[in-house]
Amino acid sequence: MKIALNVKRFDPEAGNETRNQQYAIDLPEHSTVLDALIHVREYVDATLALRCSCRSAICGSCAMRVDKQACLACKTKITDIVKEEGQEILVEPMGNMPVIKDLVTDMEVHWSKVRQVTPWLRPTGPEPEREYLVSNDAMMDVAGAMNCIHCGACVSDCPVLEIDKSFIAPAALAKAYRFAGDPRDGTHKERLQMLSETQGGIWDCTRCNMCVEVCPKDVRPMDLIMQLRDKAVAAGVAGGTGKRHGDAFSSSVRRLGRLDEMRLLPESVGIFNAPRLLGELRGAFRMMRVGKLPWKHALPLVSKPIPGIKHVRRLFDQARREEKETKE
Amino acid sequence: MAVFQHDVLVIGAGLAGMRAALAAQGEGANVGMISKVHPVRSHSNAAQGGINAALDAGDSWEEHAFDTIKGSDYLADQDSVEVLCQEAGSELIALENMGVIFNRDEAGRLGTRMFGGASKARTYFVGDITGQAILHVMYEQLMKAEGAGQTPMRIYEEWLVTSLISDGDRCLGATLLDILTGEIHAVLAKGTIIATGGFGRVYEPSTNALICTGDGMSQAWRIGAPLMDMEMVQHHPTTLKGSGVLITEGARGEGAYLLNSEGDRFMEKYAPNAMELASRDVVSRAEQTEINEGRGIDGCVLLDMRHLPEKLIQERLWQIRELGIDLAGVDVVKEPIPIQPGCHYAMGGIKTDVHGATVVPGLYAAGEVACVSVHGGNRLGANSLLDTVIFGRRSGIAATTTGRDMDVPPLPDGVIENEKQRLQELFDRPQNSDRIAQIRWDLGVSMDKNVAVFRDADGLQEQQEEIKKLKERYASVPVEDKGKVFNTDLIFALELGYLLDCAEAIVIGAIGRTESRGAQFRLDYPERNDEEWLKHILLTYTPEGIRTDYTPVTITQWAPKERTY
Repeated sequence: MKIALNVKRFDPEAGNETRNQQYAIDLPEHSTVLDALIHVREYVDATLALRCSCRSAICGSCAMRVDKQACLACKTKITDIVKEEGQEILVEPMGNMPVIKDLVTDMEVHWSKVRQVTPWLRPTGPEPEREYLVSNDAMMDVAGAMNCIHCGACVSDCPVLEIDKSFIAPAALAKAYRFAGDPRDGTHKERLQMLSETQGGIWDCTRCNMCVEVCPKDVRPMDLIMQLRDKAVAAGVAGGTGKRHGDAFSSSVRRLGRLDEMRLLPESVGIFNAPRLLGELRGAFRMMRVGKLPWKHALPLVSKPIPGIKHVRRLFDQARREEKETKE
Repeated sequence: MAVFQHDVLVIGAGLAGMRAALAAQGEGANVGMISKVHPVRSHSNAAQGGINAALDAGDSWEEHAFDTIKGSDYLADQDSVEVLCQEAGSELIALENMGVIFNRDEAGRLGTRMFGGASKARTYFVGDITGQAILHVMYEQLMKAEGAGQTPMRIYEEWLVTSLISDGDRCLGATLLDILTGEIHAVLAKGTIIATGGFGRVYEPSTNALICTGDGMSQAWRIGAPLMDMEMVQHHPTTLKGSGVLITEGARGEGAYLLNSEGDRFMEKYAPNAMELASRDVVSRAEQTEINEGRGIDGCVLLDMRHLPEKLIQERLWQIRELGIDLAGVDVVKEPIPIQPGCHYAMGGIKTDVHGATVVPGLYAAGEVACVSVHGGNRLGANSLLDTVIFGRRSGIAATTTGRDMDVPPLPDGVIENEKQRLQELFDRPQNSDRIAQIRWDLGVSMDKNVAVFRDADGLQEQQEEIKKLKERYASVPVEDKGKVFNTDLIFALELGYLLDCAEAIVIGAIGRTESRGAQFRLDYPERNDEEWLKHILLTYTPEGIRTDYTPVTITQWAPKERTY
């Protein structure tokens, strides 16, 4: 199979410019992007730098962007990307972190965030004589998070981290779940409080689902972040803007069948939080200008619900009933 | 260029290395840990199936020891095996208490699965990601030690040890390449622990990661530490066709069958009692025999899980299901998957005692790189993770206590300059038509042809000649990438040198042992010969050439018997 690679290259010893380099190679049908890159490095261009080791999606070394999306190169088959003959495969280093050389990035961005979530078990009770007695279901639940190999794919493609460097980001939050969900840990409340109140914590996720899409190990980081939110609410430590924002959002939809932008902000940040409200005025005007806040939503003092609001409310009631039943 | 100093230097940050570093730190040592990759990228990750311990009331360490010794084909030193099996239970509990997630039974206690060569179900596991689950928790413990401000530990992440430093008697430390900058430095220590893992990339294909290049074995050998049992290379029965990627023994532990092209469970002929769960050497030979006698399919046999419930596969074997889909295009729930024996593990390595001490003062080794010997001629599945944590911890403690009243040794003159010159010479060689990757490929393919499951004098002689030629080619092939920052070409060149040393030792051992035992099956000497060969082969590197010595196997309470499964 003929393969055309277009690799984004960067050599710090040759100045600060990046450049793209094309390689044309021939490999068997079942090859992966990593096979192709290794072939280039071994037989075409020994200067190409990348990390790789296990070749089987276990070590997490070879995360990079292939056709604009983060993935493990060893798990990405050429035939899954190339749909027509001669189609070029664009290979770039991960995003949201500095590039060291070619496809090698500095992952300290990620590890510093892992350290931020106190990433070790903190049992509080007396030490057991043997193992801790816990249910298999509880262990399997956290094993899902333990499946994370810290490859960085979700960190690379997280759009929140791109604009907010303080966001703890999906992988480290998944790591946090591994402890907050582990029945052997005795500090769930402190953990949830920290994750809820700290800047860049669980309420800053915008639920875009990108981390779930790019994760090569099906860790589903966003789902774990949502579970952390539920746990924080249940533990009574979710008093911050994030929780109020969620409540304001859902009460607005229940009341009007749509978003009430004018009330969302005061209800989220607090009605007497004048400095913050004033500070957001400019943003509100900008939103109006680009059509994100329609005039007819902003002007009337009393908003009218959408037609068919009763169907919306029925959905809310049913969801609440179901939630109550599962709790019982 | 800098000179660093530590009480204890640990080389390698897989399970053995991290366990050693934590143990040394716990004893109060100032520790430096060097790894050519980030610790969680280490190959301990790839151990899928589990970790053995006789923990249940119906089991005993003696039974675990007997299974291990029988599995080793009576080449393991029985006093070492006793240590391994006696300490297994408490170490397993320590891992659980640290935070390792393990599968549980209905009562919430640790649950077990069956594994090859075991008379009881004593393999504790986390799905099929056991190695990863333990490795990541060990790294959590490192971060915890860092966070608690215990005695300082420096992790030299993505630094490569290029050579060990010796004054002709003691090991003093190592010379290092900082991969990020390309600079050469030295580190001095009272005790140096090698925990760099195996040499699996000597063979092509191999289950081993690309980083498993025998660095530590070669480096220790070059300063006078003998290598032992090097001929004993385990071929795992279930590796994926082509790439050689591992499919866990846990699959057979959960009930998977092996089938030949005629659809027969052929293990009936070779191990009528244990069937698919006989020792790995036995199963690999059976598979290779089926393939050689024309009952294979395209050089493979089939691993069949279709009769296992999908829920069980999803809960206990999820990773290999994914690997099958991604790398072989086969969903094991629906179809049997083609597999073949493939190079997997080095039973041999740097000779150590039960404290990890080698023959060279100041030098210790633990994990796959070491040969205590607890695995002898054939390692039982799920004994390797156990080996790393038990002897990792022991070597960390021994290196600290032995060095307590010593000073960090001084750096002999010219060490860094000489090492720089040695590396510079690799860059300065004139371009030729050869390539580092081509030499490595030729080495792997020829080793697979001549020194794999079945061996004989002709093939081994041929391989010895081949290695000589490969070494000549290696002596003139240049490093093509002339840059300093993250120069992987330079790393591959150094690694190839280590691989060639290991290959040479494997072949000398295989030629020397004129019998069949464990992983060493000689077609020209098909019987085990206890009268002559209840002994280890030790190979020592000297300026005059490689010296061969022998040392008897230590037998405590288990007299060698005929080995059937």
